[in-house]
Amino acid sequence: MNVAPRDSTPDVRPPVARLEGVALTYGKIRALDGITLDLPSGCMVGLIGPDGVGKSSLLALVAGARAIQSGHIEVLDGDMAEVRHRQAACPRIAYMPQGLGKNLYPTLSVFENVDFFGRLFGHARHERERRIAELLARTGLSPFADRPAAKLSGGMKQKLGLCCALIHDPDLLILDEPTTGVDPLSRRQFWELIDSIRASREGMSVVVATAYMEEAARFDWLVAMDAGRVLATGTPQDLLAKTGAPNLDAAFIALLPEEMRQGHREVIIPPRDPADDGEIAIEAEHLTMRFGTFTAVDDVSFRIERGEIFGFLGSNGCGKTTTMKMLTGLLPATSGIARLFGREVDPKDIEVRRRVGYMSQAFSLYTELTVAQNLDLHARLFAMKPEAIPARIEEMAKRFDLTEVMDALPDSLPLGIRQRLSLAVAMIHSPDILILDEPTSGVDPVARDAFWQILSDLSRKDKVTIFVSTHFMNEAELCDRISLMHAGKVLISDTPAAIVAKRSAHTLEQAFVAYLEDAIGEAKEKEKAPPETLSASEPKPIPRKTSASRGLRHLFDFRRMFAYTKRESLELQRDPIRGALATIGSVILMFVIGYGINMDVENLTFAVLDRDDTTVSRDYTLQIAGSRYFTEKAPITDYADLDRRMRNGEISLAIEIPPGFGRDTARGDPVEIGAWIDGAMPTRAENVRGYVQGMHATWLAQKSREIYGDAATIGDFQLALRYRYNPDIQSLVAMVPAVIPLLLLMIPAMLSVLSVVREKELGSIINFYVTPVTRLEFLIGKQIPYIALGMFNFFLLAGFAVFAFRVPFTGSFLTLASAALIYVAVTTAFGLLLSTFMKSQIAAIFGTALLTLIPAVQYCGIIDPVSSLQGAGALIGQIYPTTYFVTIARGTFSKALEFRDLAGSFVPLLISGPILIGLGASLLKKQAT
Amino acid sequence: MIMHRSNIFQLGIKELRGLLRDPMLLVLIVYAFTISIYTASRAMPETLNQAPIAIVDEDRSPVSTRIVSAFYPPYFLAPALISQHEMDVRMDSGVDTFALDIPPNFQRDLLAGRSPTIQLNIDATRMTQAFSGGGYVQSIVSSEVSEFLSRHRTNTVLPVELTLRSRFNQEMNKGWFGSVTNVIMAITMLSIVLTGAALIREREHGTIEHLLVMPVTPTEIMISKIWSMGIVVLLASAFSLFVIVEGLLSVPVEGSIALFLVGAALHLFATTSMGIFLATVAGTMPQFGLLLMLVLLPLQLLSGGVTPRESMPEIIQFIMLAAPNTHFVILAQTILFRGAGLDVVWPQFVALLTIGSILFAFSLRRFRKFLR
Repeated sequence: MNVAPRDSTPDVRPPVARLEGVALTYGKIRALDGITLDLPSGCMVGLIGPDGVGKSSLLALVAGARAIQSGHIEVLDGDMAEVRHRQAACPRIAYMPQGLGKNLYPTLSVFENVDFFGRLFGHARHERERRIAELLARTGLSPFADRPAAKLSGGMKQKLGLCCALIHDPDLLILDEPTTGVDPLSRRQFWELIDSIRASREGMSVVVATAYMEEAARFDWLVAMDAGRVLATGTPQDLLAKTGAPNLDAAFIALLPEEMRQGHREVIIPPRDPADDGEIAIEAEHLTMRFGTFTAVDDVSFRIERGEIFGFLGSNGCGKTTTMKMLTGLLPATSGIARLFGREVDPKDIEVRRRVGYMSQAFSLYTELTVAQNLDLHARLFAMKPEAIPARIEEMAKRFDLTEVMDALPDSLPLGIRQRLSLAVAMIHSPDILILDEPTSGVDPVARDAFWQILSDLSRKDKVTIFVSTHFMNEAELCDRISLMHAGKVLISDTPAAIVAKRSAHTLEQAFVAYLEDAIGEAKEKEKAPPETLSASEPKPIPRKTSASRGLRHLFDFRRMFAYTKRESLELQRDPIRGALATIGSVILMFVIGYGINMDVENLTFAVLDRDDTTVSRDYTLQIAGSRYFTEKAPITDYADLDRRMRNGEISLAIEIPPGFGRDTARGDPVEIGAWIDGAMPTRAENVRGYVQGMHATWLAQKSREIYGDAATIGDFQLALRYRYNPDIQSLVAMVPAVIPLLLLMIPAMLSVLSVVREKELGSIINFYVTPVTRLEFLIGKQIPYIALGMFNFFLLAGFAVFAFRVPFTGSFLTLASAALIYVAVTTAFGLLLSTFMKSQIAAIFGTALLTLIPAVQYCGIIDPVSSLQGAGALIGQIYPTTYFVTIARGTFSKALEFRDLAGSFVPLLISGPILIGLGASLLKKQAT
Repeated sequence: MIMHRSNIFQLGIKELRGLLRDPMLLVLIVYAFTISIYTASRAMPETLNQAPIAIVDEDRSPVSTRIVSAFYPPYFLAPALISQHEMDVRMDSGVDTFALDIPPNFQRDLLAGRSPTIQLNIDATRMTQAFSGGGYVQSIVSSEVSEFLSRHRTNTVLPVELTLRSRFNQEMNKGWFGSVTNVIMAITMLSIVLTGAALIREREHGTIEHLLVMPVTPTEIMISKIWSMGIVVLLASAFSLFVIVEGLLSVPVEGSIALFLVGAALHLFATTSMGIFLATVAGTMPQFGLLLMLVLLPLQLLSGGVTPRESMPEIIQFIMLAAPNTHFVILAQTILFRGAGLDVVWPQFVALLTIGSILFAFSLRRFRKFLR
């Protein structure tokens, strides 16, 4: 915990970052308001202040992750507004954004995550492996190298994040609330790690934002911020001296402007009224939860009395959240019983839920609803009387100080206010029990005190039972009783004072750490894990970076590109369902569609209104009924019958033979046969018309010969139909070469469109902002695995088409395969282009479906030839790449064509790929705006 | 289980508010129901349109000239006069769908009663034009030849005329039907995406879990998603039918749009349930995207909207009876073009309701598991 005193006074060296008049707004909200500040180099600089005062924005600007709106920022002796300087500087800066493991990839293993960053900074393989081994050893992550990042505890995630940040030996390390939401033991280890790294990397500057004042007290130099402005700067001692406060918490509050300080007082929770004792509000008996072989909660028992504040402490992933979920009935326990007010918790019992208010760890209110709308929705869901709701909402707004933000969206509010909103929502229906999962994680001291004041009032005045989990020791001290939990087990359960006394420790934190170390020590002996897993090993000097990593080419570097390729393909591998859907699913579809679509219409229904009823008229009817195309239905009786049966779709064709048809034909008098076709579905009507005309002509020729004899052969001629390329007119043969292009459009596009939007929605896009990777490297790197999958898919489809479905392949396969390669590159590029301007995954999915399926099916020559389209559709058909690949696929499959016959169709394909990727790159932003 | 109508209502309102906050999605919805439908309908060829044809005239006689001049737009593109050698090349590269080869001495043989043969080559890979166009070419050639002959011989052809009339769509304008097919596709696509993807997003953001600690049942959550997204799609499709299809495209709608919209509501019940079902199967957004594509493609191509159901193999026809789109396409044709009423389309209504109920019950069961 000790920070070695530094000889280097911050003032001697030039500052690592200079800010001048920096301002930043998000819509109407002002995040930074004219900041002018020099951050000293070579030391630990801390940014302190409540949530939403602009700490994160400031760090993002310094790291180059966010575009500068106004003002001037110099970092590492260069202007951050200049692209060239950012490119030069970003290999020297490391940035760890706020949020546990936000820039990590959850499905990738520990090693793979670090390896990805190593590649981004262009280290060669040996170099990378050496550095990774060293970093993992120092952070104690070596035994977990193969574990996916998603399965790490919060503390481990942050250590991994640090490894990723340090892989390229940065000169400036920027950490945004690295220890928020991390338990005290892991927090302590984290800072020890930072200290040892600083000891071995002389001259590295570290800038940290933190909500923990006791951490800030150990930093070299502090910046106190409030409302987008700097309140004060100086060493911790300076700040204490300036305000005359005993600790930094107090000093910070003293620095606040008058109106902010108002209403703040130290939280003192009055002792519980002994008369209350007795009624048990929450009871757990041998609660156990197993997920597969993993025991998340192991035989946990406790009883909480009505009106008690019960604290739950423990490292991340120790089972706190799971226990809480079992108490609320969200998760059914594997064994054991949970009771609320003596009633067993039953997930199906809706009534119990009315008595419980639950606040989950992650902010889980609707970000698309305003504060007032959120409160209103929940009040109604808890079936409060509509007339009572407005008053209750107002009361809550007052109590939780939300009156001024009632019309704001939660996303625009600082974390502290959002947490108050969550609590207000949990309280709206006046529950008897409140279950709060880390309600103050990431909330600043002032807001936290206010929050606990509310809890105190609820417990003591309203007799609400509160079950709360926290990482803050000063909060734990406020609880009536606390439980320490580790690895699914409760280590100790008692009043805070008793726990401190039992370990004869000075503070609760020491006692807590001592209990944890005992528990871990036992576990380790059992597992015989190497000792360096938990404590940082001896500092070893990390060698200065080699020139290779700095001498990277700026424009395009294959190693950086392959970093994204590797990452993307690992993610694909970890999700075998996706690969299976893409490949097997498409083979099934090819068959179903190829088999199903058939233009050779058969079994058309028809009926005859025969007003003649002679052998001649019956002969005419037989001519139609005897063909394979038509099926005869019961004769039509009259016009009304005809109308009715056509209207309900029973018959597609009605023939009316006039009276005297036989007689007139024999005499050679003009006769007119009427035919009605159902035109509702034009394609079908078209076929009917063609068939009927053909049959009529044949019948006429026959009849003529009967009547006129040989004279009729004068002028007789034959029209020989030759169906080329598909002599048997099989639909599979005609459709398969058209379905393959469809599938190779839709599936690769859908795969690639989400790859960028997903990073945006889940936050890891930040890695693209702050590393030297260029836009083209990013896009093409991501594209390569999908091209590979697309080509695999192509070979599978072509193979099945030829060998399983027996579609004859007559042309040059090499031509088809190379066209497929270009085509898949184009379709994945199309997906990437879409993903550069879509913000949500929903919009991306809908947009891709809309913009691939409809144009490809309708305008690309699959059903109707492009040449016969008109208007905008014809234009789309001419520029849409599928058109050309359909021509190539049909040419090589059915028409025995070679490359030279199809060269013309390659040109548009070759052109469109670079255009799409280029457009994508130009629309993609290298910084957040 | 008691259901609270108020919960369902409130949760639905929440869905609607959420939709309003995604401008890009709104733009796409508007596009899908306006521009996309307009373009697709206008692009569709009216019956046989501008079919590319080439003629190899080896005869160069009055009758062959007559035949050549009989092909003209809009049914055919002006025919290209080519040599026999060119014919293969042009057909190979897909320039022509039809190539008519008139042999040398055709006229002489014709008049001598030697029954000469004209060869018509058809590119069978273009199945739409291959069949209907083949019939056209045949009848055009026949009528030209017989008109030519009428000057050269006594009447040996029976004067039996076949008068063809197309009902419900006199000009067999594909755009009419195409516009409705596209509305149906937009309805299906959007309703599945809105419910399915929104459900996955709620889970990825943890908001679904939050709902579950409140006195809200999974049934209520599901119904609220169905009605709210259903209303959005229904309104969009009503707008599209009145303004785009009837208005801008001036497609004459014979039947009652109101009845059609009732059918659309039933269809939406089925597709929104399907969306939830797919979301519970997929689990993650990338998987959902792929599943969506694999489901949409057959729905689009095999429901009878693009090619007639009669032409499909029976097994496919049978399988596609399980898809709501099939019934909806039949319903749309019958109501909108043939002007039929409920007395005719009730089987489709029943079918949609049945499919919807089964999908609903099935996805509710999966949804409950999904929430665990």
